[in-house]
Amino acid sequence: MIIKVLGPGCTNCKNLERVTKEAVAELGIDARIEKVEDYAEIMGYGVMSTPALVIDETVVSSGRVPKVAEVRALISAAAPA
Amino acid sequence: MGQVLDRVPSTRRGQVVTLTGAAIAWIGLYWLNEHVWDWLLYGALGLHSTDRVTETIHFFLYDTAKITLLLIGIIFVVTVLRSFMSVERTRALLGGKREGVGNVMAAALGVITPFCSCSAVPAFIGFVAAGVPLGVTMSFLIASPMVNEIAIGMLFSLFGLKVTIVYIAAGLVVAIVAGWILGRVHAERWVEPFVFETRLGGQAIDPAAGLTMDQRIQMGVEEVATILRKIWPYLLVGIGLGAVIHGWVPTDFFTTYAGPGSTFGVLIAVAIGIPLYSNAAGIMPMVQALYEKGLPMGTLLAFMMAVVALSLPEMILLRRVLKPQLLALFIAVVGTGIVAIGYLFNYLLA
Repeated sequence: MIIKVLGPGCTNCKNLERVTKEAVAELGIDARIEKVEDYAEIMGYGVMSTPALVIDETVVSSGRVPKVAEVRALISAAAPA
Repeated sequence: MGQVLDRVPSTRRGQVVTLTGAAIAWIGLYWLNEHVWDWLLYGALGLHSTDRVTETIHFFLYDTAKITLLLIGIIFVVTVLRSFMSVERTRALLGGKREGVGNVMAAALGVITPFCSCSAVPAFIGFVAAGVPLGVTMSFLIASPMVNEIAIGMLFSLFGLKVTIVYIAAGLVVAIVAGWILGRVHAERWVEPFVFETRLGGQAIDPAAGLTMDQRIQMGVEEVATILRKIWPYLLVGIGLGAVIHGWVPTDFFTTYAGPGSTFGVLIAVAIGIPLYSNAAGIMPMVQALYEKGLPMGTLLAFMMAVVALSLPEMILLRRVLKPQLLALFIAVVGTGIVAIGYLFNYLLA
């Protein structure tokens, strides 16, 4: 699983990265977390409100920092059964 | 994997009870603040209210509590209301709008759309790539920081309705006119070419949609914490300066040197305001104290707008998409607009 945190490096982007790392650690799954800071690449996902969370190339959240529990649920929902 | 959310969404009744309780606690604290410092300083400690140092301390304590309470209330309400709006929705509303009507709509939407300066560049690219005219996009980008809902709430609490309406109207006019002018001069040639080459992906999601009330309340609480954590040093310096001005600067000091008839008052205020970078909320205590000492409202509004609308960090961000010519034009047009507003309102409100 590849999880991407989209954002130019603002405070909220860093918060989302931290939350995502926590969620992945809690789930104990094998996931790679990548930061995407390039504007053209961010726009490629159609995202205008940063920070955004992308799981396996699907945008699952944008414009806010979800709680750890919510990110965990998003990851679980995206994981192949 | 069958993971479930930790927190079961609370019931509607639970939300109403919590919010009502919070509102009552807020009103109680606000009321208490009106009395507790008199009681503490003059009653319990036996200090004299005529003593200047005591009076300055009283002002500082009272204002710190009052401004903090106002900020907590206003930021929370604004964030929850704004969570129903998003940049994505705004773009959909602006799509296909011509200049003129588009500028007016963009400025108005700029006020109510939740927006942080780090989203300025993605929003700019997203608007332009979706075919929103450049001038209309600029109206949005100018109005968004300049007419700030938190500033509206603070102005209304501290100065009343008239000044608040003047502030909103003035900010909208600057955003509409400046955006329209930037659209007229065909500034597209001064936009970095990669903006037009960017392809928008098709899977955008609307952050305002599908949130539960619980999540919106959560966002409000977090936003209060985030903003207060960020601005408290500025706030304390601002209130401290305000308290010193309140206690030690002679009344009508500014009327003599920078009154409504002053030629350079507004220009100087804007020149000082542009390099200063602060949240609108952070400079409010100072604005209040300066007003008390006879600085005219037009000059103060111009100062406030210069501080929040033209800031160095935002200019650096916008430089990524705007060439220096357009950035300079942007600063010049907005700066001129703010100066004009300052003089106009010094004249009108005098």
